[in-house]
Amino acid sequence: MRIKFEFAAFAVKLAGFAGLLLCAAAAQAALPIQHWRMDSGVRVYFVENHDLPLLDISVEFPAGSGRDDPSKPGLASMTQHMLIHGAGGMTEEEISRRIADVGATLGGSFDQDRAGLRLRTLSSERERSEALGIMAKALQSPDFPEAVLEREKNRAATELQEAMTQPEFVAERKFIALLYGAHPYALSSAVEPETIAALQRDDLAAYYRGHYRAGYAVVSVIGDVTPAQAREIAGALTASLPQGEGELQPLPAVAMPKGETEKIPHPATQSHILVGQPGVKRVDPDYFPLYVGNYTLGGGGFASRLIEEVRQKRGLVYSVHSYFMPLQQPGPFEIGLQTKRAQAEEALAVVRKTVQDYVAGGPTETELKKAKQNIVGGFPLRIDSNQKLLDYIAMIGFYQLPLTYLDDFPGKVEKVTAAQVKDAFARRIKPENMVTVIVGAD
Amino acid sequence: MQGNKSWIGWLWLLAVILPLQAAADVQEYRLANGMRVIVKEDHRAPVAVSQVWYRVGSMDEVNGTTGVAHVLEHMMFKGTRAVPAGEFSKIIAAAGGRENAFTNRDYTTYFEQLQKSRLDLALKLEADRMHNLVLLPKEFAQEIKVVMEERRLRTDDKPQALVYENLMAAAYLANPYHHPVIGWMGDLEHMTAEDARKWYQRWYAPNNATLVIVGDVEPAAALKVAERYFGKIRPVVLPQRQPQDEPVQRGIRRVTVKAPAKLPYLAMGYQAPVLRDPDKDVDPYALEMLAGVLDGNASARLNQSLVRQQRVAVSVGAGYDLIARGPSMFMFDGAPAEGKTVADLEAAIRAEIDKIKQDGVSEEELQRVKAQVIAAQVYQRDSMFYQAMLIGEVVNAGLPVGTLETRLAKLKAVTAAQVQDMARKYLIDDHLTVAVLDPQPMSGAKPAKPIPGGRHAN
Repeated sequence: MRIKFEFAAFAVKLAGFAGLLLCAAAAQAALPIQHWRMDSGVRVYFVENHDLPLLDISVEFPAGSGRDDPSKPGLASMTQHMLIHGAGGMTEEEISRRIADVGATLGGSFDQDRAGLRLRTLSSERERSEALGIMAKALQSPDFPEAVLEREKNRAATELQEAMTQPEFVAERKFIALLYGAHPYALSSAVEPETIAALQRDDLAAYYRGHYRAGYAVVSVIGDVTPAQAREIAGALTASLPQGEGELQPLPAVAMPKGETEKIPHPATQSHILVGQPGVKRVDPDYFPLYVGNYTLGGGGFASRLIEEVRQKRGLVYSVHSYFMPLQQPGPFEIGLQTKRAQAEEALAVVRKTVQDYVAGGPTETELKKAKQNIVGGFPLRIDSNQKLLDYIAMIGFYQLPLTYLDDFPGKVEKVTAAQVKDAFARRIKPENMVTVIVGAD
Repeated sequence: MQGNKSWIGWLWLLAVILPLQAAADVQEYRLANGMRVIVKEDHRAPVAVSQVWYRVGSMDEVNGTTGVAHVLEHMMFKGTRAVPAGEFSKIIAAAGGRENAFTNRDYTTYFEQLQKSRLDLALKLEADRMHNLVLLPKEFAQEIKVVMEERRLRTDDKPQALVYENLMAAAYLANPYHHPVIGWMGDLEHMTAEDARKWYQRWYAPNNATLVIVGDVEPAAALKVAERYFGKIRPVVLPQRQPQDEPVQRGIRRVTVKAPAKLPYLAMGYQAPVLRDPDKDVDPYALEMLAGVLDGNASARLNQSLVRQQRVAVSVGAGYDLIARGPSMFMFDGAPAEGKTVADLEAAIRAEIDKIKQDGVSEEELQRVKAQVIAAQVYQRDSMFYQAMLIGEVVNAGLPVGTLETRLAKLKAVTAAQVQDMARKYLIDDHLTVAVLDPQPMSGAKPAKPIPGGRHAN
């Protein structure tokens, strides 16, 4: 591939947010989302689509790593992971066998903000009801069987130890730790083999009761069912979720880090370099100028300045990118690259200069126009499958964006001016505060 | 859709069953210059994907210039007389599109995804670079450095990728699958623009290419556009392709790779056939079902037995691909659980194989795998890109497009007895190559146990 796998992985990371962008021609009716709130407090988002005989469902809660227990890092993730490993008296074998028997896939979703389950199934009656029945039990009556938990803890700790020898993982982990310091978004980097080993069944059960509440749940449904069926499905998936008093506590504000550089020895042939700072919230007046502006800086592949300067002109890297990952609180703004050890400093200097110039000057009118052409013109590609649409619906639901978010999008992108981009970058991106991590430094 | 926990590693080198289907709405054409054009209608969204498949990959390379197929792929973005270096990507981006390319052992493929109204642009640009590439030495000198960075990133610093590279090199003595797609570093270091130019002149021609279009298009109209741009390109006389058949393996082979890591890793490959005659062949379909029984779903044998019950592995998988120009391999891989060794894991995998040889598989298991095949046939229609990939792969392997439908019917007809026969016939020691990762300390000063936050220098 001319653009590496990492780009692919990165695209996945983007899907939840950058993905959301763009609506093309005004004629394009974006996404008719039906929304209702159930008496239990569950919020439901539904798109009816009968093109294919399939059904995609996501049920999510504010139970990601940013909601982890600081004294038990890894608890949030393990709780989500264990949902499908025994529920309602069904063993994990029974769950996986029955799901497989109907050709469905039941998996998880987990990031800093969100945790939940996702199901894809055929929409035919037998397959659908069997798969939904199992998903309902996993969501509402997970058993967290002791023996299975022990095994999964061992697996997780072993794989974490292995990951901790891989340069990209080491870099990302340290980067997040430095970016967020004492903020809960740093908790994903606090997970250690020892903290996983210390998790107890009671911890998971308590975390589940506290976080997987009906009042917090967001159910997203797209596919071959009627609105009446969608109502029934949403009810069956959530009717016996834990109830709880009180509102969800907001996450604390994020502080700007001190600009610091961390070098970590590693025998790799390449240095893995990350540079960045906390970026932007999902709901933020600067979101559009930053998103559109980042296309020109490092989000637009071969149309971006970083690729032009670091790869095309100098051949220093296979890939270099920048992205914003908007979250409830400002998620990471990250620039990443890998290069042969001996030229790490040279590549880093080019990156820094490129960022400084861009923050100081903003995009040219031509660059901005090209960014808009790509983002607006590429809109149909972002909504050309149910799988992609489910990501958008779930995001709109979780962050309570307007249901017309997609319809409004092209207009908002088109309205961004070069002056707004320059202003937003100047206010929000602080090269002097940026954290730098170099794994495999000479 | 599977869990995306950072610590749950997914097996990167094994594919699960890829059930295939070619709907009746696939149209095939051949231009006068020999280029094939295949169009599949999908009107769910106003977009189209176009892929140009060149029937040339790393298997067509010779010693000393391994990696040139992939290097040329990079150079295909470096300019024609009409479209200067780097502009291809920018033009597609400005049209709201995405483009990229990938090189494999059997093919080199270039693709664009665009609003349907811009299909014309994609085909125009692809046709241009099929015969007008300029290949400037200056651009080559820059790009070869990028490719070497790619090799460092994806192979040299990835222990499991090194294991796979070593497994292939040990398993194939005569067949060019011996070489890694990205090429050996020494060959990349000595490659010249002239090597790339020869490659381009030899293989890039309409009579060595297939255009696959999937999307919201009308086939006759799409053909007309293809004809307009590609129709005028002259065919070339393609070089003779030698079969380079792999001699029969006479005994088990073992290789060890030492690399910085914590967790050992095991990969095992048994020599296996590929599909040549979709109607008459039996074994490839039965082998695919065998892979499904072992690792086709979350309740399949390997995960159930080795991860859940015996707890000998943290992860384990099996895979088999029946579509290829060269030979195939029935693969296993996995990482041992804490306190277990790769030898324990290998023994456990072999025990599962023996169990099938002796006791066969149940009808229930087989039905479960067939349920995956049937469902996946619906799921794949949710992705135009994937549908185009499936068509491109079979055509590139020299099989008719109808193979996709034939395959589905044949998979459904596989019996439990046939699956058992496959284990007995192909999963035999004399045809096995085993590669293991022997983890090395990260550096002289590496702590025995990872310290929170990693190892700091400053």
